[in-house]
Amino acid sequence: MSVKINLERREFLKAGISASAGFTLAFHLPSGMAQVSGPGKTAAGATEAAFAPNAFVRVGADNSVTVIVKHLEMGQGTYTGLPTLVAEEMDADWAQIRVEGAPANARLYNNLLWGSAQGTGGSTAIANSFEQMRRAGAVARTMLIGAAAKAWNVPEKEIAVARGVVIHRASGRKATFGHLAAAAARMPVPAEIKLKDPGQFRYIGRKFPRKDTANKSNGTARFTIDMKFSGMLTAVVAHPPLFGAKVKSFDASKAKAVKGVSDVVQIPTGVAVLAADFWAAKQGRDALAVQWDETAANKLGSQQIMAQYKALAEKAGVVARSAGDAGKALGAAAKKVAAAFEFPYLAHAAMEPLNCVVKLNKDHCEIWNGEQSQSGDQAAVAAALGLKPEQVRINMLYAGGSFGRRANPHSDYVLEAVHIAKAIGGRAPVKLQWTREDDMRAGYYRPMYYHALQAGLDAHGNLTAWTHRIVGQSIIAGTAFESGMVKNGIDVTSVEGAANLPYEIPNMLVDLHTTAIGIPVQWWRSVGSSHTAFSTETFIDELAVAAGRDPVAFRRTLLSRHPRHLGVLDLAARKAGWGKPLPKGRGRGVAVHESFHTFVAQVAEVTVNPDGSFKVDRVVCAVDCGIAVNPDVIRAQMEGGIGFGLAAALHGAITLKEGRVEQSNFHDYVPLRINEMPQVEVHIVASNEKPTGVGEPGVPPIAPAVANAIAAATNKRLRKLPLRLNA
Amino acid sequence: MVTLMVNGKRHEIDVAPDMPLLWALRDHLALTGTKYGCGAALCGACTVHLDGAAIRSCATPVSAAAGKKITTIEGIGTTPAGRRVQAAWAKLDVVQCGYCQSGQIMSAAALLMKNRKPSNADIDAAMAGNVCRCATYTRIRAAIKEAASA
Repeated sequence: MSVKINLERREFLKAGISASAGFTLAFHLPSGMAQVSGPGKTAAGATEAAFAPNAFVRVGADNSVTVIVKHLEMGQGTYTGLPTLVAEEMDADWAQIRVEGAPANARLYNNLLWGSAQGTGGSTAIANSFEQMRRAGAVARTMLIGAAAKAWNVPEKEIAVARGVVIHRASGRKATFGHLAAAAARMPVPAEIKLKDPGQFRYIGRKFPRKDTANKSNGTARFTIDMKFSGMLTAVVAHPPLFGAKVKSFDASKAKAVKGVSDVVQIPTGVAVLAADFWAAKQGRDALAVQWDETAANKLGSQQIMAQYKALAEKAGVVARSAGDAGKALGAAAKKVAAAFEFPYLAHAAMEPLNCVVKLNKDHCEIWNGEQSQSGDQAAVAAALGLKPEQVRINMLYAGGSFGRRANPHSDYVLEAVHIAKAIGGRAPVKLQWTREDDMRAGYYRPMYYHALQAGLDAHGNLTAWTHRIVGQSIIAGTAFESGMVKNGIDVTSVEGAANLPYEIPNMLVDLHTTAIGIPVQWWRSVGSSHTAFSTETFIDELAVAAGRDPVAFRRTLLSRHPRHLGVLDLAARKAGWGKPLPKGRGRGVAVHESFHTFVAQVAEVTVNPDGSFKVDRVVCAVDCGIAVNPDVIRAQMEGGIGFGLAAALHGAITLKEGRVEQSNFHDYVPLRINEMPQVEVHIVASNEKPTGVGEPGVPPIAPAVANAIAAATNKRLRKLPLRLNA
Repeated sequence: MVTLMVNGKRHEIDVAPDMPLLWALRDHLALTGTKYGCGAALCGACTVHLDGAAIRSCATPVSAAAGKKITTIEGIGTTPAGRRVQAAWAKLDVVQCGYCQSGQIMSAAALLMKNRKPSNADIDAAMAGNVCRCATYTRIRAAIKEAASA
């Protein structure tokens, strides 16, 4: 700890010592290494950084406490959760806390669960920041107390801090953080600090309002699409109609005839039209005539791909988990059950279509982006431009959703923006803006998958054998993550949620076929669990029925060594009134799943109409994510995760026909709308375990819970996504 | 030249008459609170008020808005309904990524201007054109009721 403090201190304390109006920490970082950025940035000079004890906290003479958040705010609440941790240990007042996005500087802002890389994903923001941000706050608090003790000539232990005020009760002396800031900056950084025990928490575990509600409710929140610089050009790109096609030739004359269009340039991913505003650029792009070379392009349709996957599933794959002898146990089973599942490609379809702003100079590139993968993008941009990574500055803005898409392991849209800026010689700042159709059709989808499962029950209805074969593309292959996340030929993201199935079954085999299809794929909120939770949790439900057992009771018998699974299962079942009869045409279904070390159970109630349509009426959700840092943000993430998962369960499918994506906008890639949103109740398990993430774990259980509810109402098992009773 | 009356201010801008109002607001008047989501009146992120009615500015040419009273998210807080909606949004912490919320708030304010006590069905009907991929819908519903009772 002390080593870390000293490292940070060397760079930041200087800010305090030499404090003068308008100084911010940026000026004290090694040249070219950092910049102040982010939606919380105040106007230049507005905040005097009188005291910056580390890379995460800055106290202004105006009594503001600025928390520098290293994780992207894409809706999941990092700009509220991480400052909560600082406020807790600092005993700051919530109203004095401001938030700023961290610059790209992995030495200071790496994700502690990602080694040396900086970025946001895998529901890690709170998990990796829990101690780091609390320590940052505690160090600041200790130095403020030290400054007060020195000024008042009283022992430090007689000084208390409450809601941003430092108090010496015996003498009645008080001072704000702002008043003490300059003096605190001259105090030694403590070698040892003591963090609060959970019993002393006053912020953690309570609702504090989101820091981004006001600016997101009055139009002032700054997203990438909102960036504007003098002379900036907006670029809209003609992408190939097939994945893998290349530009053969193009005729720019009609595009250039559009008023406002300034440039038409070829880039590795297509042809870009640049104009003074978006509308001219889009009209220019639409007027382009491009000839494509489709020789190397993927021309397969979804049906052919799925047919290949089904054929592959007849053969054994690479073993991801094996216990006992599943083949022998299946042969000896009194009852065998088999089921196969089909999952389509899915688009992330965040509300803000992908975009990126680039300013390019000879020896310097600056980027404004809803930045989810600083280290990856910085390295990729540097390589593309022949710069050093530290010559690439990245400003992290709010992202209008991402669901994983903005952490593209190939830096696809960021590099596209950079190539456009390069193609015009850095003459003007460039804003690349994809249309909704570009966003829907340019790929990086959740992969298609085929799952084949078999299980055996003995004469008493005990589950004796389980086999699970998965067929699909690897998300990780060919990325910088390959060495760490592809083990013995298994992409861990292809089998997560299946290979670590918690149910105790004596004979198990989980295997994988990794396919090579020319469709770009990427993680999509909850990654492998977005499909494995569905096949495992609907299949276990089917097995419960085959065994003549209640689905909750059946799961309970198989989870005796998994108390946290049991805890959420029991809580959700109890709160949902599990076992209470429902009228005809209605069904109740349950699913329980662990992802990203967070445990979630959901019970869905569904009404099935005589025409085969159905409506999800109510979802009861129980979550165990360890210590609940901000319970209201956790509830919001469960509500949102359920809605996001339900959109895919009810409607989500990107399909290909002869290689072409058939969907283009929200009329044919149908989102969930308010009239389809069920009533949601969220219950949080009280826990003293270390906190784990909540951005993704709300998603996986909803689709299987709904399918199980439909089965309870109709006796029909749906095994193909999206769920269709009439298909 | 097109004359636009936005949030009580008059603007003369030199754009093609078929330019969607959305891009005139965003790229020419620097009113970036109104968002682009689909460009086809499918998602509601671009919702503004035209003479008091909620419309999709991505599918409304500036020529159709010329001379009419336009209210955007930057101006809705000056209306009683807009103020109530923004307060309810804050009380219930509706937002997540926030990108769609300008449009959600404009649709909600338009609903409350016409219907002081909307039912669940009224809310669903008025808000079904506004997509939120974060699925903040349960809170949107609750916040509209909160605003209606304020």
